[in-house]
Amino acid sequence: MFYRENGQFKTSYRADQQIFAIAQDRWAIVAIVAFAAIGVPFLVDEYLFRAILIPFLILSLAALGVNILVGYCGQISLGSGAFMAVGAYMAYNTYVRVEGMPLIVALLSGGFFATVVGIFFGIPSLRVKGLYLAVATLAAQFFCDWAFLRIGWFTNNNPSGSVSVSDLAVLGWTINTPVEKYLFCLGFLVVFGLLAKNLVRSAIGREWMAIRDMDVAAAVIGIRPMYAKLSAFAVSSFIVGVAGALWGFVHLGSWEPAAFSIDRSFQLLFMVIIGGMGSIMGSFFGAAFIVVLPIFLNQVLPALGAMVGVDISTATVSHTEYMIFGALIVWFLIVEPHGLAKLWSIGKQKLRLWPFPH
Amino acid sequence: MAFFLETLFGGLMAGMLYSLVALGFVLIFKASGVFNFAQGAMVLVAALCMARFAEWIPAWTGLESKALANLMAFAVSVVFMFLLAWVIERLVLRHLVNQEGVTLLMATLGITYFIDGFGQTLFGSDIYKIDVGMPKDPVFILDSLFEGGVLISQEDVVAALVAAVLVAALSVFFQKTGTGRALRAVADDHQAAQSIGIPLNRIWVIVWCVAGITALVAGIIWGSKLGVQFSLTTVALRALPVIILGGLTSVPGAIIGGLIIGVGEKLSEVYLGPLVGGGIEIWFAYMLALVFLLFRPQGLFGEKIIDRV
Repeated sequence: MFYRENGQFKTSYRADQQIFAIAQDRWAIVAIVAFAAIGVPFLVDEYLFRAILIPFLILSLAALGVNILVGYCGQISLGSGAFMAVGAYMAYNTYVRVEGMPLIVALLSGGFFATVVGIFFGIPSLRVKGLYLAVATLAAQFFCDWAFLRIGWFTNNNPSGSVSVSDLAVLGWTINTPVEKYLFCLGFLVVFGLLAKNLVRSAIGREWMAIRDMDVAAAVIGIRPMYAKLSAFAVSSFIVGVAGALWGFVHLGSWEPAAFSIDRSFQLLFMVIIGGMGSIMGSFFGAAFIVVLPIFLNQVLPALGAMVGVDISTATVSHTEYMIFGALIVWFLIVEPHGLAKLWSIGKQKLRLWPFPH
Repeated sequence: MAFFLETLFGGLMAGMLYSLVALGFVLIFKASGVFNFAQGAMVLVAALCMARFAEWIPAWTGLESKALANLMAFAVSVVFMFLLAWVIERLVLRHLVNQEGVTLLMATLGITYFIDGFGQTLFGSDIYKIDVGMPKDPVFILDSLFEGGVLISQEDVVAALVAAVLVAALSVFFQKTGTGRALRAVADDHQAAQSIGIPLNRIWVIVWCVAGITALVAGIIWGSKLGVQFSLTTVALRALPVIILGGLTSVPGAIIGGLIIGVGEKLSEVYLGPLVGGGIEIWFAYMLALVFLLFRPQGLFGEKIIDRV
């Protein structure tokens, strides 16, 4: 009833082209961001920050990056975990090795090095596509797993092989408590979200989508496949790298390569599939879903089991989680290939007409 | 020299085992154009089924003979893999006909997760043993040629023989039987095959079933080597470079690719590994495949990839 665009007339191209063309959307987003920044810190306890909100923010950022590559440019990648690892370890190295390196610059440098690695492993995409490319990106995954485990330089020759950072601070603002970490990540997410949204609706985003829909046809109408594919790899791995750096620095604090294993790559891909391929909004939905579901199952399944008198072990819960993820992936691919984001936009469409559907 | 030969043999045997897993990939890709990521999960679940039923059947029936119990467990596992193939065709593949390869790949990723969870819920998630009476002791061969001879594991030799027999049987099946011809027809062109009356759905069940049995054999061999446990699924990841190298559509390619990867891995680990800190086996195979992709995307024996608008 209130979600109407009646009376909102566009008088300039600028107004017609804005991200949220409907005023209600615009205000809703502003309200959500304001609430996330101001309201949430007062309402939520520390456990929620640590277990749900911070992982959600960082993984949405990573999913955003993966979505640009997989969802917008159609280049399937099973090596996102490796790009996260590159981001985390290189950010660590710039942070530790360069005296007085500001935190944000260190994090962004992680993204920069991830970009370099991403472009390198993206080169095969010029020759092969689809499942062949998936194998090529797996090469990135296994190589990085090995490199960060075995090459001492990356871990600052730490004998245990794990690295840790502490005393994070930006311009005198120390980031110690979960609330501060949360706000820090939120800032990154908002900036990168806006950046990504604008990229995908600009000329380069349209090139990516043309490549995704049919690369030969795109090349025929004058889109350079090399430039389009490699730029998608670059942008995607930059964002994924920054997310990896945040994951290491802010969420984990100290980490080892296992934190960015192939399971992480699959997890990110699943976020994109479930959330919605080719949708910025979908990355958030997918991340939220995949972060919350295991916690939800951990709480609910044992309780359900107790009700019917069956003792449900944690192993069973984790197997059930696998089964649900697997089944959901297949279900979404068959029934709703555009994921939760599509359901969301269908809902919005319905809401526009409600309560008079005709 | 003896050491080199030993490594070489080790690599060849390991390669034979890889090609056993790779065969499953190739079979399904040949017949349905699906890159079946779930092959590793199928190896795991088949091995789990076999291991558990080999335990359960004597416990239930009081059967004494181990060979008989193993045989029955094998039969049960075959039936299980057939059911799995049928369910996958019914619930997943049937709905994804004519979709792009990438979509199907992601669907098999989903299947992988489902089978992993399902198999472990059903059969438990500890480490189980499969004992089909494979000889365990290593033997020396060629000791007339070299001092001390060359040490090889009998188990590996048996495994390689089994793999060779399986490949021969599959080749005969593909070349000589009516069903095999139908499979090849479907692989060439779905539509043309359908138009001359080949039932696509039944063919898919058959091919997934054959891949399931290949997975079972691979699972038994790997399982009796390493124990049946979750890490068996990574065997599939080791087999991926094999098919990239050999070509996705070629059965001989899977074998040759497996041998190359097996030998390459072992030799690189022994001679190159110490220089860079060891443990390079896993990514070396992938890098080999990556280089191959750049220069010959269709692999050694694959069909040329042609793009049409």
